[in-house]
Amino acid sequence: MSNDPTHQFLVNKIVPIEIGGIDFSFTNASLFMVATVAVATGFLYFTTGQRGLVPSRMQSVSEMSYEFIASMLREGAGSHGMKFFPFVFSLFMFVLTANLLGMMPYFFTVTSQIIVTFALALLVIGTVVVYGFYKHGFGFLKLFVPSGVPGALLPLVVSIEVISFLSRPISLSIRLFANMLAGHITLKVFAGFVTSLSALGAVGVAGAILPLFMTVALTGLEFLVSFLQAYVFAVLTCMYLNDAVHPGGH
Amino acid sequence: MSVTLASAESTPFEIAQAETPADTHETPADAHAAQPAGEVHTETGVAHGEEAGSGVFPPFDQTTFASQLLWLAITFGLFYLLMSKVVIPRIGGILETRHDRIAQDLDEASRLKAEADAAIASYEQDLASARTKGNAIASAAREDAKAKADAERAKIEASLQDKIAGAETRIAEIKAKALADVGTIAEETTAALVEQLVGSKATKAEIASAVKSVAGK
Repeated sequence: MSNDPTHQFLVNKIVPIEIGGIDFSFTNASLFMVATVAVATGFLYFTTGQRGLVPSRMQSVSEMSYEFIASMLREGAGSHGMKFFPFVFSLFMFVLTANLLGMMPYFFTVTSQIIVTFALALLVIGTVVVYGFYKHGFGFLKLFVPSGVPGALLPLVVSIEVISFLSRPISLSIRLFANMLAGHITLKVFAGFVTSLSALGAVGVAGAILPLFMTVALTGLEFLVSFLQAYVFAVLTCMYLNDAVHPGGH
Repeated sequence: MSVTLASAESTPFEIAQAETPADTHETPADAHAAQPAGEVHTETGVAHGEEAGSGVFPPFDQTTFASQLLWLAITFGLFYLLMSKVVIPRIGGILETRHDRIAQDLDEASRLKAEADAAIASYEQDLASARTKGNAIASAAREDAKAKADAERAKIEASLQDKIAGAETRIAEIKAKALADVGTIAEETTAALVEQLVGSKATKAEIASAVKSVAGK
């Protein structure tokens, strides 16, 4: 393995596939997407297999994640937003599992690829826009016109609202991507210090203790970040969906 | 030093990416140059020319975008289907069953509580009626016993009266008889006295009249 901290983000082809001149190869990224789906689905499916009235430990983890997202969505987008529950739940579980899988040594982090997070963010915003126009027609555009704003300020406020709306998919995707990327690079750099310092002999080994502690601490932090970023992604999704369900305020 | 080592190590991979095995014997620079040529048909073919020489940062490597998007669509689509068709109904069902069961149990509990309250109320009522009934029975028994005792006493008193009366008559009889006997004894005593004193016998009639006259005084 290379000491290059960005080596872990390389996409390697496993099964080369090319359709119409475009490279659709099954890569390590694809493999870990499949793994994410398999792990998340397998966990949720098999822990709830008993359908226990009194849940086992693992079953209550699945139930907690369900109720966690359900209450998040209900608070964020109201009871009308509950039709998006499968979507938000899938997003949260997918991002969370991908983040956590990425924490395993030698595992590829699906969410450290900007194209993946951007695609997910576009999916969210696309859902908001399509559902908003489908449900409210041009009334959806009231989203950009907050009520109670003086007429003189309206052009300024509307342009700000439009810009903030357009920046949402970018901020949503970059937040997740950058967090995962930066965390993994930092971890790799500190872990690299440990190996390169300990190669210098006794003094180096003593000096390697500090980066080793940093690596351990950062690993804990990164697990937290993995959960937190999945949570943030889901919460923001709920907020954006609220705009589609209730444009023009509440 | 580590940077050069890294780029040297990453080279075999990029050669593999170029899908041109013949290039493996060429220098790294040639391999990089070969990459855009190999994949010139991709939608981002123009960008390749810029990236190829600079060793692009992996997450921004646009050659991987199409494949990642496709596989993300496949896997996330599948995941969404699995979640919405299997997992969410399943967990939702479990939670709903539990919710129903709890509500049912609470209903049952409140029903049982109402039953218990009714039972307590009827018990209290029974107790109160039993108490009044008991009181009635007790007082009736008391009355009864008192009446019986009174009757008994009256009867005993009556029989005692009878006995007293009988005894009194008998005493009177005995007294009269004794008094009658007193006359006879006096006559005999008188006869004996007369004989001793006078030396002759007095007739019975004389003695009787004498005694009677003395007794009359």
